Amino acid sequence: MSSDLNKPIAHDSAALYVTGTAKFTDDILFPDDGLHIALGLSSVAHGKLVNVDLQEVLKAEGVVCCLTAEDIKGRNDASPVFGDDPVFADGLVSYHGQSVFAVVAHSAKQARIAALKAQITYEELPAILTIEEAISQNNLLRAPHHIEAGSVDKGLEGAPHRLQGQIKIGGQEHFYLEGQAAIAFPGEAAELHLHVSTQHPTEIQHKVAEALGIGFHQVSVQVRRMGGAFGGKESQANLPAIIAALAAVKTGKPAKLVYDRDEDMRVTGKRHDFQISYDVGFTNDGKILALNVEQFLRCGMSFDLSAAIADRAMMHAENAYFIPDMRVTASLCKTHTPSNTAFRGFGGPQGIMGMERIIDDIAATLGLDPLVIRQRNFYPDKGTSESGKPTPYGQPVTDCVIGQLVDRLSRDAHYQTRRLEIIKWNKDNPVLRRGIALTPVKFGISFNKTMLNQAGALVHIYTDGTIHLNHGGTEMGQGLFTKIAQICGDAFGLPIDRVAITPTHTGKVPNSSATAASSGTDLNGMATAAAAETLKARMATYLAAQYQADVASVRFADAQVYVGDEAISFAKAAMMCWQGRISLSATGFYATPEIHWDPDKAKGVPFYYFAYGAAVTEVAVDRLTGENRLLRVDILHDVGRSINPALDRGQIEGGFIQGAGWLTTEELVYGKDGRLQTHAPATYKIPACSDRPAIMNITLFESGGNPADTIHKSKAVGEPPFMLATSVHSALRHAIEGLITEGMPNLDAPATAEQLLMTLKGMAR
Amino acid sequence: MAQLSIIVNGQRHVNEIADNILLVDYIRETLALTGTHIGCDTSQCGACVVHVNGISVKSCTMLAAQADGAEVTTIEGISDGENLHPMQEAFHEQHGLQCGFCTPGMVMSAIELVEKNKDLSEQDIREGLEGNICRCTGYHNIVKAVQTAASKMQR
Ligand code: FES
Ligand code: FES
Repeated sequence: MSSDLNKPIAHDSAALYVTGTAKFTDDILFPDDGLHIALGLSSVAHGKLVNVDLQEVLKAEGVVCCLTAEDIKGRNDASPVFGDDPVFADGLVSYHGQSVFAVVAHSAKQARIAALKAQITYEELPAILTIEEAISQNNLLRAPHHIEAGSVDKGLEGAPHRLQGQIKIGGQEHFYLEGQAAIAFPGEAAELHLHVSTQHPTEIQHKVAEALGIGFHQVSVQVRRMGGAFGGKESQANLPAIIAALAAVKTGKPAKLVYDRDEDMRVTGKRHDFQISYDVGFTNDGKILALNVEQFLRCGMSFDLSAAIADRAMMHAENAYFIPDMRVTASLCKTHTPSNTAFRGFGGPQGIMGMERIIDDIAATLGLDPLVIRQRNFYPDKGTSESGKPTPYGQPVTDCVIGQLVDRLSRDAHYQTRRLEIIKWNKDNPVLRRGIALTPVKFGISFNKTMLNQAGALVHIYTDGTIHLNHGGTEMGQGLFTKIAQICGDAFGLPIDRVAITPTHTGKVPNSSATAASSGTDLNGMATAAAAETLKARMATYLAAQYQADVASVRFADAQVYVGDEAISFAKAAMMCWQGRISLSATGFYATPEIHWDPDKAKGVPFYYFAYGAAVTEVAVDRLTGENRLLRVDILHDVGRSINPALDRGQIEGGFIQGAGWLTTEELVYGKDGRLQTHAPATYKIPACSDRPAIMNITLFESGGNPADTIHKSKAVGEPPFMLATSVHSALRHAIEGLITEGMPNLDAPATAEQLLMTLKGMAR
Repeated sequence: MAQLSIIVNGQRHVNEIADNILLVDYIRETLALTGTHIGCDTSQCGACVVHVNGISVKSCTMLAAQADGAEVTTIEGISDGENLHPMQEAFHEQHGLQCGFCTPGMVMSAIELVEKNKDLSEQDIREGLEGNICRCTGYHNIVKAVQTAASKMQR
């Protein structure tokens, strides 16, 4: 028997999910005398708080107390980095839906009803809501940054063809199915224990301690699982956790804050909407010579993670294409809207959308198939003489497989034949139009901030030969815990049912990074493997001595330990080691090698490797209504040597559909007063089961494993497939190409039916 | 206040309840059956689906008092105690889940869909599950799971 590594085994919680026994934060047993919290939200986008009258709130049934900025002894701040996100507005509100106070009551319903009774008086101030307004008033969070290679202006001037254009790309609500949730249990003295639905327990620990003015050692944070997160529980989980902690300390009782969906959508930040304009120079055959890209992103009222998100957007502005002279500039627009935040892809999707739009525009100008333009500009594949061309930020692309991957996909999906058929179909069918597009993804793996690329693990072996596994990563449905257990089991030659998968806890593995940037398995898998190696070395040394065998001969496989000619069960080996007073507990640590980044020069090697993939999407559009459908999708994606093909395929499909939602139906609408009008799934359209294309072929690219030295040669898979959905937008645009006289339509994202129709009628923008 | 007499997962409960308590809150809070989830509170997502007299109901949209005298089945009540329901088994085997938050509601909706319709096509399943949102999976494995379970249930 070999181990469970590389096998499509089920998610470790599958049996609990299907029986309704998996505990999410709001399901954890909560004492009857525990208290419930609701938020009081601002009803203006920008204004001074003149008076906050909570008398009626306090008199309402079941209310125990209220919390405002005055109740915070430490720092009134929920921000991840910059110190600019107040827990409770203090004197000034900066967006519609900002938390002004909280009510603590005996039930959640009582708290919610009471919260509506507050009398808040504002002195309203002019609000800046949109990217355009922020640009025209120069309301930026910081001076624009840029990444530059070669001499762009010269390159543009000398190019045979030159083209300018612009695209607007909408934001996206995470809509993790489980809303934000936090529970704080007061402990002895000033200690506090929290259960939070969070991707970043360490940050919660820090922010709670800072708000309370206590040490990090007095706060512990635990999370077993989240009901989805997608980046929305990275910094956004701080606010409910801090407020639950404040309530628990003030009342001495356990306190719980669970956002309802409306609250969640109004309070929390989302994917940044972007406006991207470009100026590109290219040759007669579509080779790009020079490109200037300007990205404007709506950050909302504070930084949150916007600086890092802008960096990633800039670092993906060229996607999979080598462009000798390139400059990309990002401007962080400050607006009186929720502070936009991490969301699967972290700026990468918007950067890549911009680039794919440029390719399509070049193709339309030259009258060529966009795929031809794409192929002419790809970074050279590894193993070719040209391989290793640098990105605009100076990282040589040495692991590229996009050329061969796209060749194979286009062949297997019969791209050329289908494209010709579609062009013919469109000539004969003026109403129902079809479109097809193939787009590639190259996505950099590692946190942009080098220091975050570290992880720890803790492994205990018990004397019956079972294992307790813990690491700093969090489980949000992606299957991280399953993969790490596969890695851990494999290291000891054990099946994964011998490995206990335990909740992430700041007391077990300290100072962890957020589970983000697709890095969960890369980092925590390596840390776990390191802990296992330490333990195996200790066991091997001891057992070899006992059996007078060579240490090098000791092997762990088939739930046995082979020592010289002897085979003993792993359980017996563990017991022998314990009897021999060998420590059976170890930590493991990993820091990604080779990466570095110089923020001042905007140059370096920020990524350990790149993930690659491509998709062909075919769509149909009704030109009279704008209604549209995905007809067929073919995906070829490189996951290196997959640790769990079932989980990886799940990430690819789920990511693609989520990306398709972002670019088609998911539209965030803010009113003139800055109020989010699409604050429930009734008005915000998430892809449903019937929106999935009838044909969806997903294939894992056989690459022989990641050339970088990652855990078992696997590749990260959480975010990259999201961007395969750019093919949906390109295909929609292809479907309506030539329908309006000016040529290629300026279709923005999301391409809702309404947006398509307005574009066709020349009414867009 | 209202008097509620209800059978949940085969067990009778008699409670004095507030008139305005929702069925989902009664199930989660009074009975502590937390497998039924709340994803939207507004009858959109399907995370809260249970069976009331054999019919799928979004329990966030029904008052507990309206279920007086009814037989309610939640995700905790569909296995026979020893063996999983074929639908549960199929979601497990076919990887029809990631974060698992939608799973209970999805399983409950799917069971009714299969029980009420013979010879479900793939398209029928897709349309039949429109009222249940899954933000993680992209639905493919969910549809596969329902097909697998249907072939077992209708044998
Ligand atoms: S919680 Fe009932 S449908 Fe969403
Ligand atoms: S598995 Fe997460 S919402 Fe369906």
